[in-house]
Amino acid sequence: MNDSQLTGLTIAGKTYSSRLLVGSGKYKDLEQTRLATEASGADIITVAIRRVNIGQDPNAPSLLDAVPPSRYTILPNTAGCYNAKDAVYTLQLARELLNGHTLVKLEVLGDEKTLFPNMPETLKAAETLVKDGFDVMVYCSDDPIQAKMLEEIGCCAVMPLASLIGSGMGILNPWNLSLIIEQAKVPVLVDAGVGTASDAAIAMELGCDGVLMNTAIAGAQDPIRMARAMKLAVEAGREAFLAGRIPRKFAASPSSPMAGRIA
Amino acid sequence: MLKAALSSTVNSDLRIMIVIELNGESRSVAKDHSVHDLVNALSLTNQALAIAVNREVVPRAQWATHRFSDGDKVDVVRAIGGG
Repeated sequence: MNDSQLTGLTIAGKTYSSRLLVGSGKYKDLEQTRLATEASGADIITVAIRRVNIGQDPNAPSLLDAVPPSRYTILPNTAGCYNAKDAVYTLQLARELLNGHTLVKLEVLGDEKTLFPNMPETLKAAETLVKDGFDVMVYCSDDPIQAKMLEEIGCCAVMPLASLIGSGMGILNPWNLSLIIEQAKVPVLVDAGVGTASDAAIAMELGCDGVLMNTAIAGAQDPIRMARAMKLAVEAGREAFLAGRIPRKFAASPSSPMAGRIA
Repeated sequence: MLKAALSSTVNSDLRIMIVIELNGESRSVAKDHSVHDLVNALSLTNQALAIAVNREVVPRAQWATHRFSDGDKVDVVRAIGGG
């Protein structure tokens, strides 16, 4: 096993060298999107599918010029969908748009205030999409039972939220994430809630296979620098997880030998 | 009177017009218009797009042959920034 096999993230049979997945929303402009995406080192970039503004300048640069599918794996999402039907329709369009590409991010939202997943509709959409040949990475609640159900349906990755989308509140329930990680036979990625680098490192130290984020980078004062910080944090967290941390104990233990002291 | 009624359904090329709903807004197109013609008329040729008619995706290979019917609901979509 070479180093990239040891450290790479395999989703639906394909191995990616980066365990950081990034969104492409909320940037100032396409140049900032391009630079931050590059700095993040991510291989997989999420995009949204939206109606074309009829009458806009057709020659204006498009997102796919800034993050070309020849270089990145484009992961179309269903952001903004509140039922299974709309989510499935959106991804059918995405598959056509991306020339038959099947790797997708399913998210079916419950309400605008929390953007919490609507799990019954998510399960329904996942079932339809898997049957239709999609490789479904799925945004879900941090409920181990629902995560298991999604895995049994055939989703290729489960992606529980760590806290609300765009909230930057970090890893609020590491215990639930651990339960999901422990049982899962598919990759588990934290999707949503990361605020800063330490949050990403904590997710990876718990044993997550990857982290997906957008706002934490795009909303930072210096998004390009934060993208780099997140890259390092995900790598550091992964290395710490593989290295195996020391157990916590309620007593001190000196790092210097006792023998040969002059005092 | 008759002339006025005629002019509302026949354009200057004497082609019969139909009305489709394009991305949520009404638009008149000639009855024999194909999806491909619409893409050209919108100056969107060679853009990364996907198109559905009445929520059924029309594959790019069928754009030239798929013709619109009156009242068709058409979605033309692209990829934009999102998380």
